[in-house]
Amino acid sequence: MFFGGGTPSLMSPRLVARILRAADRAWGIGEGTEITLEANPTSSEAGRFRGYRDAGVNRLSIGVQSLRDPDLRRLGRLHSAAEALRTIEIASRSFDRTSFDLIYARQDQTPEAWRIELEQALSLNPSHLALYQLTIEAGTAFGARFDAGKLPGLPGDDRAADLWHLTQEVTQAHGLPAYEISNHARPGAESRHNLTYWRGGDWAGIGPGAHGRLTLDGRRIATETPLAPGEWLHAAEAGRATVHLPEDEPAEILLMMGLRLREGVDLARYDALGGPPLACLPELIGDGLLRREGDRLSLTDEGRPLLNAILSRLLA
Amino acid sequence: MTDLAHIRNFSIVAHIDHGKSTLADRLIQETNTVSERDMKEQLLDAMDIERERGITIKANTVRIEYTARDGEDYVLNLIDTPGHVDFAYEVSRSMRAVEGSLLVVDSTQGVEAQTLANVYQAIDADHEIVPVFNKIDLPASDIDRVAEQVEDVIGIDASGAIPVSAKTGEGIREVLEAIVTRLPAPKGAPDAPLKAMLVDSWYDAYLGVIVLVRVIDGTLKKGARVRFMSNGAVHGVDRVGVFRPTMQDVGELGPGEIGFLTASIKQVRDTRVGDTITTEKHGATEPLPGFKPSQPVVFCGLFPVDNAEFEDLRDAIDKLALNDASFSHEMETSAALGFGFRCGFLGLLHLEVIRDRIEREYGIDLVTTAPSVIYHVHMRDGSMIELHNPADMPDPTLVDHIEEPRIKATILVPDEYLGDVLKLCQDRRGIQEDLTYAGSRAMVVYDLPLNEVVFDFYDRLKSVTKGYASFDYQMTGYRQDNLVKMQILVNEEPVDALSIMVHRDRAESRGRAMCEKLKDLIPRHMFKIPIQAAIGGKVIARETLAALRKDVTAKCYGGDVSRKKKLLDKQKAGKKKMRQFGKVDIPQEAFISALKMDG
Repeated sequence: MFFGGGTPSLMSPRLVARILRAADRAWGIGEGTEITLEANPTSSEAGRFRGYRDAGVNRLSIGVQSLRDPDLRRLGRLHSAAEALRTIEIASRSFDRTSFDLIYARQDQTPEAWRIELEQALSLNPSHLALYQLTIEAGTAFGARFDAGKLPGLPGDDRAADLWHLTQEVTQAHGLPAYEISNHARPGAESRHNLTYWRGGDWAGIGPGAHGRLTLDGRRIATETPLAPGEWLHAAEAGRATVHLPEDEPAEILLMMGLRLREGVDLARYDALGGPPLACLPELIGDGLLRREGDRLSLTDEGRPLLNAILSRLLA
Repeated sequence: MTDLAHIRNFSIVAHIDHGKSTLADRLIQETNTVSERDMKEQLLDAMDIERERGITIKANTVRIEYTARDGEDYVLNLIDTPGHVDFAYEVSRSMRAVEGSLLVVDSTQGVEAQTLANVYQAIDADHEIVPVFNKIDLPASDIDRVAEQVEDVIGIDASGAIPVSAKTGEGIREVLEAIVTRLPAPKGAPDAPLKAMLVDSWYDAYLGVIVLVRVIDGTLKKGARVRFMSNGAVHGVDRVGVFRPTMQDVGELGPGEIGFLTASIKQVRDTRVGDTITTEKHGATEPLPGFKPSQPVVFCGLFPVDNAEFEDLRDAIDKLALNDASFSHEMETSAALGFGFRCGFLGLLHLEVIRDRIEREYGIDLVTTAPSVIYHVHMRDGSMIELHNPADMPDPTLVDHIEEPRIKATILVPDEYLGDVLKLCQDRRGIQEDLTYAGSRAMVVYDLPLNEVVFDFYDRLKSVTKGYASFDYQMTGYRQDNLVKMQILVNEEPVDALSIMVHRDRAESRGRAMCEKLKDLIPRHMFKIPIQAAIGGKVIARETLAALRKDVTAKCYGGDVSRKKKLLDKQKAGKKKMRQFGKVDIPQEAFISALKMDG
């Protein structure tokens, strides 16, 4: 179970408890089920952590983003680094499993500064870390600022690659290797929920704007719900909140998601979903970017930071 | 038929933006030729591309009826001539069709090189010239300075110049009166055998080819059978009429009149500018002087980005050729680019106009290869090959020598930019022929190789002079020089579409510049890519494009799937806009951008 996609830590622990009871009645929540809740690192939210634990939540994911105040301001975050550190501390008292995320390759960030910040994060002893490279996407507020030249000092291709390799090296040394492009964990502490996305498993998406996947008679079905909360509520009360659509190009999606994992993707399943032939496969294996063991295809350490370029060749 | 004494035929000579079209609009408005309701800005420039670029490509004409202060009714025929060096011959024919010109000069700017070229054409055609100083409503207007320039630079009397504002309408009546009182009436004999000059022609989907004519002698009548003297073709005349500015039928056109005929002609190439039209029976024996078939001087390859669109491109080119006799094309195959066409144009603007029209009107994305001129390749066995495409260059060991076309370029420039202009001309292998001053402006004349000019000379000239220079040229002939073919190799493979002919002394610097440009234009790949320039087997410049090091989406969870998938699909679509050479994708714009020179 995963409470995410926004700020579920604004919910009262009582409401979380009621939702979990309803889920248990409907499906039965087994012993050892991973129940994650996403939280912001503010003191008011941290005050509810114990309540969440008592309600049944056993894993917390905190949106820290940076341990440096000037960067938090540049990223448009409202919390401070001190608040973030305090929140992580409070969380670790209530939860065995906590994760937090950081964004790197920020404006004017040197490899040395990032190494110090990352080591500081690792010294907090998390079992799981999500480390994202800052990505400027067209059509976002950041994209517009970037186009207007208001984001100077962002790393170019080469420095971004240096920062990536540094991240791999430092996390590996601290026993938190990447099990996915941006996700690092102690072995066994991987996010079971998120693995479902990358392994092409099924999940039910509940609530406004939630996406889900179901396999029915061997066919992949994508589910969607209305994005506006009022609209969703209205539709849910009428029993028609979820729209089912056949997943478009399920094999390509399996490849796109599965190659993000260190464990890779099952080519037999790719074929069974009707995936097109992968013409460039021998060449990419020969270039040392992909590895094939039986039906399992995965990225090499060299290939991992080039996933998009590799996908566009594989699926050309 | 209007009697000769009551006809005045004229053209307007002006530089871009000096207000030619606006003045024409005002003349039309002032004489109520077009009702207020149908009036729209710049009536005469029809095509979108013409409006956008502020230039005229096809000749246009309008017949204006004007009651002068002497109480008499006059017919005034305005021919709006093409306004670009590429169309110098077409301009010369339009000039021969009229007896006088209005020389329009922007009184805030002054005389420009293009004005000069056209005004000399008018002088060649023995025109009476009436200077008109436009934009007097603007504070920067300086009539005395412009008058001095007209006298100094052009050498005509500016004392009778008419100050006007085409914008406010001030002075427009005086212009109309000057046309009647100062321009000569045309001469001609109504009973002589028909001699009509073909001024321009274009294709209309309903009427076939529409032919714009000036009757010199005799009478052109509806129903007559006429002969085009250059090719002997005979046609029955369906319609005879005038432009007001829409087409209106008249029964006949007499001497001195300007109008159109249609004769169920299918192809514009059968109607050549400057040709003489006469009657099939009892026709003229001697054609009018000055006719010459138009010759393309600039060549390039046009290829569809998507090979599947080759047939669409063929269709588009065939349709455009119907309406443009000066544009030549033949099929071409390139190892790099697949099937396409080698096309010939009157100049670079002509090339750009045709390319823009194919892309816009027919929706075909094009790869345009490096523009080239015609080289005369003299072989050891004494034969001569006209080389239009560097890819066709014969084995150099069989070549005795190569000649290239030269031009005489005239540039007018404020003296503060003169140094930059001289450097530009020098860099392009120019030989200075003349340098004179008129006030604070210099006029330089250079002998230049055409191949140094066809590509981006005009752009460079505009940029080094902040747009204050004006430029015109004419072809002068061929001269031998030390020319070689330079190849570009990407990842060790030659890319034929990037081959160019270049002077041996400039080969290293051109090669280096091209390799550097390509290094920026080709996206990084997952491996490093050597980019080399070579003459024969010898590499003269080399750059290495470093391998791509990072290209991965940071965040991708369940809700992101469809968005990320779309991104991937978009990347795939972007790849289709590239050309594959072995393992390397080259973006289409690289084929032109690689050749742009910064110096």
